[in-house]
Amino acid sequence: MAQRSSGIGDVLGDIRAFANGFKTTFQALLTKPVTVQYPEQRITMAKRYRGLHKLLRYSDGMEKCIGCSLCAAACPAKAIRVVAAENTESERYSPGERYAAIYEINMIRCIFCGYCEEACPTGAIVLGQQYEISDYHRDDFIYGKDRLLVPFTSRPRETETENAYAGDVEAAPEAMGAR
Amino acid sequence: MDVLGGAGGLLTLVSPLGAVLGAQSLDAFVVVEAIIYAALLAFVLVTGFAYSTLLERKLIGRMQVRYGPNRVGPYGLLQPAADGVKLFFKEDVVPATVDRPTYFLAPMIMVVTALLAFAVIPIGPTFNIAGHPVELALMDVNIGILFTLAITSITVYGIVLAGWSSNNKYSLLGGIRSAAQMISYELAIGLGLVGVLIISGSLSLQDIVNQQDKIWTINAFRTPIGFIVYLLAGIAETNRAPFDLAEAEGELGAGYHTEYVGMRFGMFFLAEYVNMITVSAIATTFFLGGWQGPWVGTIPILGVVWFILKVFLGMCGYMWLRATLPRIRYDRLMRLGWLVLLPLGIANVLWASFFYALWQTFGWV
Repeated sequence: MAQRSSGIGDVLGDIRAFANGFKTTFQALLTKPVTVQYPEQRITMAKRYRGLHKLLRYSDGMEKCIGCSLCAAACPAKAIRVVAAENTESERYSPGERYAAIYEINMIRCIFCGYCEEACPTGAIVLGQQYEISDYHRDDFIYGKDRLLVPFTSRPRETETENAYAGDVEAAPEAMGAR
Repeated sequence: MDVLGGAGGLLTLVSPLGAVLGAQSLDAFVVVEAIIYAALLAFVLVTGFAYSTLLERKLIGRMQVRYGPNRVGPYGLLQPAADGVKLFFKEDVVPATVDRPTYFLAPMIMVVTALLAFAVIPIGPTFNIAGHPVELALMDVNIGILFTLAITSITVYGIVLAGWSSNNKYSLLGGIRSAAQMISYELAIGLGLVGVLIISGSLSLQDIVNQQDKIWTINAFRTPIGFIVYLLAGIAETNRAPFDLAEAEGELGAGYHTEYVGMRFGMFFLAEYVNMITVSAIATTFFLGGWQGPWVGTIPILGVVWFILKVFLGMCGYMWLRATLPRIRYDRLMRLGWLVLLPLGIANVLWASFFYALWQTFGWV
């Protein structure tokens, strides 16, 4: 292996390179660590973060979901199950003719791609910021309307800090025959 | 009593009790002191090993702009305990085709030599308890450093036997490479230390430390080349980054401790870190003045504090190197040992002789 011998200039240059390296690590030692101490601290997710799903309501309490099951058709993992039922005058859940009587998402099959959110005509199913959805038993991962539907409060709500969708609190459009 | 003294002189190489027997008077106080000191030393070294693993992880973490382990206890202080428990509870798998006596012997050799090499190092000045002088070295024999160098040479046996008895071609090769590296750098270590020996005129570590009482008598200033040679060779001797190709092979393919699991692997780990502590301790003893420091004359126990501080800085230096430098390829490593450090070591001996001659002739410091 032919190499020319290192002169003193080469040696000094190498020593300067080493010193540079040591200076870098030493300065890193004096830098505040960038670690986020989970679970005591959490990072705020981006506005468009695709976390746990939510079934939204209008500001008067009516569910936005009309049971059209376009989300189930769009889902690449076939994780959504929708069974629609007719709204009657005495029992009305959503403005319009139909509502989702059964709405289930299998969180193990779900890949959190957001296609259901894109497909929904009313903006009922959206993906929120929640990502801590671990559980112990496989059967507990099938979320029904009881876990997906957002709760209704009669007083006006501020926009939730965890969801940037203004659609959370909008009024029902006139065209749907809302009360 | 003289026969006892002679036999004791030989036994000194084998056990601390030998140091006791070699003493001219078989004083009960000396026996008690030796036993207490030996037990304390073993305990301190093993605890030091445990917490130097934590220091490494936290220090290297901080150099990588992250926290080290901080979950297990406050600031991660119970992490070594958790690691120890984990290693103990691992299943003790012994491969069927290993050479059983050697397989079990190799980690023992590593641990014993690692702990024993520390026996001659003085950690503090000699002071008096109830009229008896108490030396803060387990044995201050007049062959001092020769003892430590001999013991660390036996470590090579541990590595080769570990690799060989594993009945695994790759472990064997890894063990041989690691052993070759250690043997090569022992020469450089010796030459780095010879410079100090020429200036001090004694192999005994107590004498070497006692002579470094003023700031201009510190051997790092008198034999700077020797200091650097010793540090580099010491890092290579302990198979630490950037000279840790033998260890990395354990991650990449095989190394001499591949076939070891659980606490048996922990023994190799312990031996490595205790060797690091020993190299740091010898570097501070020879080149940085050992336990010397300000105000040691008035408060003798402060000497122990200075010693621990210097060894701690040495350990931090080890970890700083590991965090900063990439690994050196094995053939370049060997070239460094034979073609750079050996000539520098010889140059160091020449310089030390020259310096000593001038010092003796003209009375310079």
